[in-house]
Amino acid sequence: MSNVILLGTRKGTVIFDRGNSAWQPRPILHAGIPVCYAACDPRDGTLWASLDHGHWGPKLSRSRDGGATWEDLATLKYPEGARHIVQYLPTPDFDPQTPAGQPEYHDATLLKIWNIAFGAAGQPGRLYAGTIPGGLFVSDDGGDSWELNRPLWNHESRGGDLFSGDATSETRWGGTPASVDYGVFEPGIHSIVVDPRDPDHIHVAVSSAGVLETTDGGRSWAGRNRGMLNDYMPDPNADWGHDPHFIAACPAQPDHLWQQNHCGVFYSEDGAQTWNKVSIPERGVHFGFPVAVDAQDGRTAWVIPAQADMARMAIDGGLCVARTQDGGQTWQTFRTGLPQQHAYDLVLRHGMDIAGDCLCFGTTTGNVYLSEDRGETWHCLGHNFPPVYSVRFG
Amino acid sequence: MTPHLYRFFPALEKLQIEVPAGSVAEVVQAIDNIAPGFCDYVLDERGALRRHVRLSVNDTVVIDRKTLSDQVADGGTVYIFQSLSGG
Repeated sequence: MSNVILLGTRKGTVIFDRGNSAWQPRPILHAGIPVCYAACDPRDGTLWASLDHGHWGPKLSRSRDGGATWEDLATLKYPEGARHIVQYLPTPDFDPQTPAGQPEYHDATLLKIWNIAFGAAGQPGRLYAGTIPGGLFVSDDGGDSWELNRPLWNHESRGGDLFSGDATSETRWGGTPASVDYGVFEPGIHSIVVDPRDPDHIHVAVSSAGVLETTDGGRSWAGRNRGMLNDYMPDPNADWGHDPHFIAACPAQPDHLWQQNHCGVFYSEDGAQTWNKVSIPERGVHFGFPVAVDAQDGRTAWVIPAQADMARMAIDGGLCVARTQDGGQTWQTFRTGLPQQHAYDLVLRHGMDIAGDCLCFGTTTGNVYLSEDRGETWHCLGHNFPPVYSVRFG
Repeated sequence: MTPHLYRFFPALEKLQIEVPAGSVAEVVQAIDNIAPGFCDYVLDERGALRRHVRLSVNDTVVIDRKTLSDQVADGGTVYIFQSLSGG
């Protein structure tokens, strides 16, 4: 049973402690600094927060005493020579002829540390971080130093090895709107799933490219987008250009993966070799950002339906959580304890988590809700938090 | 210097820092020697000035934001500003 919940919010890190009768928030940490992700390393209890400084560059912050004191780290950096092909902002002054000519290259600089993942129990000190622009970083010393995973950075789907020279292929990775805050339109890695059976087996999800898999500890990567449908592109079955919002796997059945995508909810029971669309739009299960998977049963998952990509808010002013227990064939929606009038909340991709029978989510309106009965009933932990970017049990 | 930086580098608070004349890059590096890690806040990993940070030498805004080659003469003062907005 988890006794801690961490929120990454627009104004800092919020930690809830489970008390005798209620969950109690501590005074805000990193006050005033946007925190796009906060999580607890289950192996040693280290707390992590990704600081999204508007002025001073992204930094990781680490606490080894349960949140009493924090140490900011500036150790995660793109190496000299890391370049990427410029993605053009979809602005009115965008010239469609320009990118059709010679690719334009930029030296990579860190814009956002979007999420942090932890290695297996037998890999003390192994951490992963997904970044904008499109980097997977690996640490083997608890975050004191980081290395860019070059096989993924140099993948043929994004132009090949730009450390060595010019592009040898066309980049198929598109940008994420989450990068536009930094004045660019670059891809980002927001999901990192380490297989508990085999720590060399990892899936990552990229906005906007799709899902990639390594089975050799990151030495090689392959796209895993078969079955994905991309209904906003000319070819909906294209290998690349997909927009996974978040992916998660069942810890006890890691071949069962779930993906909340821009174009619906997708489910795989073969380790992402094939995906099946399991949206039921008439039940509201289609658009959204987060997805949570049961720890034991890979067929059971939760999503938080949102209205649509062009109206990112609760459906008809009422928040609900949808659960399937049969791999997405049927969905139940639960509303007890959630506002059903004048609710315009949206839950972002890292904004929901699960621990046993408990689920928790936080919204862009600053509301935080907890369920202790597998999502069937909910109660509010507070209405006045800053916009919530991430929720993770500790 | 914008006082926001004192939050991360309290050792710099109320400090009048005197360094030899040279380029702005050398001045920033000299501050980093007093407050290790300072460069990582003001500059990105390629050594360029971060987007919302502005430096000036006396009342002249630093032009070379990429390598900070602008020169600071003897007796000159470097100011560090940040753009603040939002809510």
